[in-house]
Amino acid sequence: MIDFEVVDLAETDHVGQGDTAPDFTRPLVNDEYWEDAALSDLTADGPVLLVFHTMDGAFPTTYMWNEIRDRAWDEGNDLTVVGLSISSPYEHKATVEQRRIDYRLFSDPGNEVAEAYGIVNDLDGMTGISEPRPAVYLLDDDRTVEYAWVADEWPAFPDYDEVEDAIESL
Amino acid sequence: MGDPDITFYRLQACPFCERVTRKLQEHGLDYRSRFVEPMHSERNVVKRVSGKRTVPAVVDENTGVTMSESANIVEYLDRTYGGEGSGASRTSSEQSPDGSERSRGERDGGGEAR
Repeated sequence: MIDFEVVDLAETDHVGQGDTAPDFTRPLVNDEYWEDAALSDLTADGPVLLVFHTMDGAFPTTYMWNEIRDRAWDEGNDLTVVGLSISSPYEHKATVEQRRIDYRLFSDPGNEVAEAYGIVNDLDGMTGISEPRPAVYLLDDDRTVEYAWVADEWPAFPDYDEVEDAIESL
Repeated sequence: MGDPDITFYRLQACPFCERVTRKLQEHGLDYRSRFVEPMHSERNVVKRVSGKRTVPAVVDENTGVTMSESANIVEYLDRTYGGEGSGASRTSSEQSPDGSERSRGERDGGGEAR
């Protein structure tokens, strides 16, 4: 297991392995509607893979969801896969359809969840907009972080094989 | 967290939905909001639960009632949860909302258009 540390940005104190992931409630979007949901509601049903991604429409989001969709980690594993970005529920709904994913996406336009996790990414050239750094958190049923990856450069993509190993060793 | 008994299918900024919101809040009811698409054709979830694609629609697990049309819903909520003032007759729930309401909703892409 590789230790990940944020090296390029000031914040190094992000939520990491062994920590309890902060709970939050945000609109959770599926292909038909959205409703408020708490992260703890999801973990109450078992392990959760929480994927922070850049705003919908940017190419890293497309690539990440294509890869995660094709790997279908939730098939054969007791796992709920969810995403989170600053995009609105309307954009999320389009992403769920366009990426042909069964996964639900949290909408957090205020980026407060990323603040709570210590993974804020202020975007150069988009004044006033910040979003989460790309990050992947694997949580067990009491929100303990079993595995964490947080981007230390931008753009960056998770090591999907490593995520898969972490899921399989749950 | 326990799930609320009442699930409220709504469309953002739809005045008929806001009318139901006010009534739910007036009676202090716990409810879960599910927001659907402005595009009528994309509201299959509402069709599955209520038989039509109109919003607002309310599912009340407490009474087993599923209901569409804001006038009907408001009357139902008053009758069921309105306490001492809840003497409205059952027949009024079968009245249609007036046509001007509905046609405005259609133009807005929301409302109670069928």
